[in-house]
Amino acid sequence: MATSEQTIGRSDTRGNGINLVLWAILLLFLLTAPAYIYTVFAMQLLCFALFACAFNLLLGFTGLLSFGHAAFFGAGAYLAGHAIKVWGLPPLAGILLGTAAAAVLGYVIGWLAIRRQGIYFAMITLALAQIIYFFGLQLPFTGGENGLQGIPRGHLFGFLDLNQPLVMYYFVAAVFLIGFLIIYRTIHSPFGQVLKSIRENEPRALSLGYNVTRFKLIAFIISAALSGLAGATKSVVFQFASLTDLHWQTSGEVILMTLLGGLGTIFGPVVGALTVVSLQHELSSLGSWVQVVIGAIFIVCVLVFRRGIIGELARLLKTSSM
Amino acid sequence: MVHCRPFGFTGMVEPAITIENDLMGDYEMKGIYLAGACAAALLLGASAASAEGISDGVVKIGVLGDMSGVYKSSFSGEGAVAAVKMAVKDFGGTVLGKPIEVISADHQNKADIGSATARQWIDEQKVDMITDLTNSAVALAVQKLASDKHTITMATGPGSSDLTGKACTKYGIHYGYDTHALAVGTGTAVVKNGGTSWYFITADYAFGHALLHDTSEVVEKLGGKVLGNSMVPIATQDFSSYLLQAQNSGAKVVGLANAGGDTVNSIKQAHEFGLTDAGQQLAGLLVTISDVQSIGTDVAKGLSFTSGWYWNTDEKSKDWAKRYAEVSDNAAPTFVRAADYSLTIAYLNAIKAAGTDDADAVREELGKMKIDDFFAKGGQIRKDGLLIHDMYLLTVKQGGESKWDVANVTATIPGKDAYVAEADSGCSLDAK
Repeated sequence: MATSEQTIGRSDTRGNGINLVLWAILLLFLLTAPAYIYTVFAMQLLCFALFACAFNLLLGFTGLLSFGHAAFFGAGAYLAGHAIKVWGLPPLAGILLGTAAAAVLGYVIGWLAIRRQGIYFAMITLALAQIIYFFGLQLPFTGGENGLQGIPRGHLFGFLDLNQPLVMYYFVAAVFLIGFLIIYRTIHSPFGQVLKSIRENEPRALSLGYNVTRFKLIAFIISAALSGLAGATKSVVFQFASLTDLHWQTSGEVILMTLLGGLGTIFGPVVGALTVVSLQHELSSLGSWVQVVIGAIFIVCVLVFRRGIIGELARLLKTSSM
Repeated sequence: MVHCRPFGFTGMVEPAITIENDLMGDYEMKGIYLAGACAAALLLGASAASAEGISDGVVKIGVLGDMSGVYKSSFSGEGAVAAVKMAVKDFGGTVLGKPIEVISADHQNKADIGSATARQWIDEQKVDMITDLTNSAVALAVQKLASDKHTITMATGPGSSDLTGKACTKYGIHYGYDTHALAVGTGTAVVKNGGTSWYFITADYAFGHALLHDTSEVVEKLGGKVLGNSMVPIATQDFSSYLLQAQNSGAKVVGLANAGGDTVNSIKQAHEFGLTDAGQQLAGLLVTISDVQSIGTDVAKGLSFTSGWYWNTDEKSKDWAKRYAEVSDNAAPTFVRAADYSLTIAYLNAIKAAGTDDADAVREELGKMKIDDFFAKGGQIRKDGLLIHDMYLLTVKQGGESKWDVANVTATIPGKDAYVAEADSGCSLDAK
């Protein structure tokens, strides 16, 4: 008994140490990225990293595999874009509106989908996301195949010019950090503990008196809202919302990012997003062959390191708090 | 703990993997190198810009096109890159003593990919001019972005007349053709031959919409009627339901407001459905000689279409087509590729005349010069960015002498008749 407590105590301190190192690396990266990475690309990385983290909250910590997260990402992007471009809202208000819209959409889709489990849950989210895609194609304000173009970046708080790449970058970095902290806090709260217990054993959580459906729905809404935040920010960065944002391939990509980085880890989705987006970027000269290469990497991941990059690292370092 | 039941990840594996450390190491190393390179580039760039008229010591032309999709074989693809490279070579490889570089990328017909690539080209690679831009949705996005960033675009592949109409920009040039010219050319010819009622099959994006709008206007102006329209997503394989609707409409003419692989597929399938045998006439609004080659002259026989250029018109054009075949591995000498060549020469000449590659000065020179080469006879770039030049009405013939000898020129449409008048284009540059 005493020895086992000792081991746990030791691994915890060690875990905390590693955790601190990872936080330090993340913050250092956030602060210095523009010095060695093309800023727009860095912003794209952060948007997708936030998207993957939001998705991981659902798959990694609640055990719900949604195959329709592009709907929230795209809805956030389109609504923020439309609000900023047509209604003339300032960028921050537009982004918040996009986030809120994604949350409402998350409520509707989540409410319908969590009645089923496993593959049926995934199929329902996919089907509903395809309906949203169809809206994106047909509604007059989305521009159909052309997408929503020429969204102005505008001024943050009325005086910070977001057309300056560095200002825009640090704005995106701040959005990412806020989103990331929300997720971190959620995971480490009592609420997060309940989510994990649902993931581990849903009947037991139910028998302990937790309203499982309600917890799942709240997790779904938080995840959807943060995905919308990522999409809305992306549309301001690229001044663009397009059907790609809503496409099921985007839903697939975010699953890939999460799995590659490490499912159910805190930093895994960030690493996964950086890896996948960097690969797409570096291999873009190959055109559609990128999909084949990424598919092959996914197969290697499944065969060789199933826990993902950070997941395997955590196992090697014998800690669970990464 | 890692749980992911739907994917079946519950098994345990024991791999000894240190890839994470390698990856991180690589990133850090790359970061340091890049930071160093950036600093060096900044220093070099600063000195070069102040000393010479050419920024960054090189003129970079970016060919941003569809390298893998439905527009690969007749508009973009390697054929377009080859045409631009050929022009650079003919120009001598240097301008004002500085080298000329050509780079290319695939936008996959997605406006977001196109605009992200263009953004990086301008920010990082210091590209001076972007051309090709096949696919109007991509072109509209890139032209706007490039103009905001003080960079010239010279679009050949896209058709939408909005590029120089309501979406016109200070640095955006549209070179070769547009939907208005196609509508005037083909629309007028077909209506005058008795094709008075139309049904459209339209590619559902900016280009198709513009073509539908412009052609409907021409048809109705000449007293014809538009009975209906079907919007079809880009790169559709099966046109049967749309063709059936066209058949049921009873229209005399089925107008195909699409391009590239979509045109080829729809014409082939219309033939298989017996649309033409039943008395309906097809009007391909944007057809290239490479499309005709893919369809087969036996199927396409008698089809009339409008083109910005045809290789078999005079000695200069024939000569260009012959030389182009040598450098491009026998790619189709379509009017778009000829335009790619012609505009590259024009752009480089403008740099030479202006003594700098600054976008304002070059754009001014381009507006001043007369463009009179094998491609554009009596060409002139207007203030809204549209190149005005003569267009040709071609009719597909059978039994040509060579692979690309697929049509006869049946009419020449003077530039001022083919293109919309400057006052009516809807471009409000002065207001901006």
